[in-house]
Amino acid sequence: MEKFNLKTLQAFRLKEKKKMSDKNSGPVTTILVGMGTCGKAAGAGETLKAFNEQVAKLGLKDIEVKQTGCMGSCYVEPTVEVRTPGMPAILYGRVTPVVAGKIMERHVIQKQLLNDYVYDKPAIDILN
Amino acid sequence: MGYRKFVMVCGGEGCGGKESLRIYDNINKELIAEGLKDEIQVVKTGCLGFCGEGPVVKIMPDEILYVNVKADDAGEIVRSLLDDGKEVTRLLYDRKKSTKNVKLPGMDFYQKQFRIILRNCGVINPEDINEYIARDGYMGLERALFELSPEGVIEELKTSGLRGRGGAGFPTWMKWEFTKKAQSETKYVICNADEGDPGAYMNRSTIEGDPHSIVEAMIIGGYTVGAHEGFIYIRAEYPIAIQRLELAIEQARNHGLLGKNILGSSFDFDIELRLGAGAYVCGEETALLASIEGNRGMPRPRPPFPATKGLWGKPTVINNTETWANIPVILTRGGAWYSSIGTETSKGTKVFALTGKVNNSGLVEVPLGTTLREVIFDIGGGIRGGKKFKAAQSGGPSGGVIPEEYLDIPIDFESLKKLGAIMGSGGLIIMDEDDCMIDIAKFYMQFAVDESCGKCSPCRIGGKQLLEALEMISIGKGEMEHLTNLNRICAAMQKASLCGLGQNTPNPVLSTMKYFENEYIEHIQEKKCHSGSCKSLLSYVIDPEKCIGCSLCAMKCPVSCISGEKRKPYTIDQLKCIKCGTCFEVCKFAAVIRE
Repeated sequence: MEKFNLKTLQAFRLKEKKKMSDKNSGPVTTILVGMGTCGKAAGAGETLKAFNEQVAKLGLKDIEVKQTGCMGSCYVEPTVEVRTPGMPAILYGRVTPVVAGKIMERHVIQKQLLNDYVYDKPAIDILN
Repeated sequence: MGYRKFVMVCGGEGCGGKESLRIYDNINKELIAEGLKDEIQVVKTGCLGFCGEGPVVKIMPDEILYVNVKADDAGEIVRSLLDDGKEVTRLLYDRKKSTKNVKLPGMDFYQKQFRIILRNCGVINPEDINEYIARDGYMGLERALFELSPEGVIEELKTSGLRGRGGAGFPTWMKWEFTKKAQSETKYVICNADEGDPGAYMNRSTIEGDPHSIVEAMIIGGYTVGAHEGFIYIRAEYPIAIQRLELAIEQARNHGLLGKNILGSSFDFDIELRLGAGAYVCGEETALLASIEGNRGMPRPRPPFPATKGLWGKPTVINNTETWANIPVILTRGGAWYSSIGTETSKGTKVFALTGKVNNSGLVEVPLGTTLREVIFDIGGGIRGGKKFKAAQSGGPSGGVIPEEYLDIPIDFESLKKLGAIMGSGGLIIMDEDDCMIDIAKFYMQFAVDESCGKCSPCRIGGKQLLEALEMISIGKGEMEHLTNLNRICAAMQKASLCGLGQNTPNPVLSTMKYFENEYIEHIQEKKCHSGSCKSLLSYVIDPEKCIGCSLCAMKCPVSCISGEKRKPYTIDQLKCIKCGTCFEVCKFAAVIRE
């Protein structure tokens, strides 16, 4: 693995930043599953698995399923954020494997929001 | 396929269910009438916050927030969507309100939360260093190593106004400067992640969601004070946090961010983990040091403070996890930016673990100066089941309760202390009308008795005596003299205990006595517990006037102590009754009375 010095770290950061902003404006759908202790205890592991299975089953490309930390809404774990082109970033709560299937079908493919599972993203991102 | 806009109608518990449904239905009808139903989708959502001003409707992606919406407003809202950029001005949330007590950089936000500490939590993959780096990660370290001298870092911290988030609120720059100035070849920096307050999990979530922020901050700390070794003291009960920290440290080592000649500079630094076995007292800094040294976790008198004589007698900086998590941001954004957030004396934000009888329990990060009412009602969604708020417990076993009349006081270090509570590490437990304050005080005292290390007698004996007096009061054997004794013991413990744990153990007792004195007197003089928590003081009886003899309570009673003839009033055998309250809950005619 590359050992950074000041210059290489700065160059690497620029590259990663671009990668990230390209991803946000490009065709890629990102599904973030909250995998803190609170999420895992509520079954986020199963939810993550369900998303991965759906992606494989539907043969979708341009989609990335990944884990993240606690999003703060511990009362409706497991929580999942879905970012897909043409839609606002949406936080879903109480995402069981069944709800994960619905999110894939309706939100990701049909570009609709699901009733009853949308919650608020609690804060603006200070980096934007 | 694909909608142009989304109308989100809040269906959260705080938003008054039925009206929300009518709003949803009306918006649906209006969308059809205007021929917009293929362009705009209306969605029923969970809580969107701002529950004090519900029902709430939010238009996405425009991020327009309407509050106090009525079903009749649906037409106007839908028609405003015909043109982009149009708003129903009279329903707009008053943005000025959310910044009433709080200064924030940029006014164009209407979210009550502001995330500095949790900036990456729930945003990045915590196991991927690349994502951390992409979000300005290790930029604070760059600045410290190549732009600022150690003095410059301290100057930046001084400008920021950052105060320790472990509870006491000591200025961080001062702690660092003491250690920096202390003469020694060897120095250490320590992250205190021994979070142990009941209901608190801010540190756990911060580490689980963003471990690199702690690693980066500690390297900066080491550079500033002249330490080459850091320890993270974390409880063994946090396996996911430990695993992610280990991974983060390994990744940082592989990338030359830890180890020799960090980023090509002449500075060397490395971090090791130390696992705590769960003793609460080890969160106290001198006990924590003893534990790392391999000794029994017991506090020692201060001074000398760890800043001059810490780990193995060497100058040591110990900061709480949350304090550390602020450091990289202060260095990338600058101390001036940081000090623009918060109040005059308390800068920045604070993470709270909001739990108890509140609708939206979870992690909340707000600028200091936000009121408790905003945290509990606007973010927390109010009290579960529409019950009445009674008190908020802040600061865990060392903190106190805050009653309704002080909910509008801005949260900062000084105001909470004045109320007899403390900011503490950030556990915030909400209690409703069903909670008995004597019971709460008893719970914390039991905790303190279990966790007292036993080294000094005021804490070891005082805690036990407080607990015994509270127990007498809760079983109806209390006397007014107990109150005097409670006060005397509390005063002695505050003055004579060796460490913060013992000195603050009386806080839950003192604050409940101060704000809920009546409740103590009721328990002692009337032998009554009106909230129904102290079982020995309760009895359940059936009102023969109201009982229609349906037998439901008799069927549900787990100890079969209710008997009677059908269609005639039933009776409860008081000798057998275990006071579980099942009959009280199941009776449809309010015939069971709790006395």
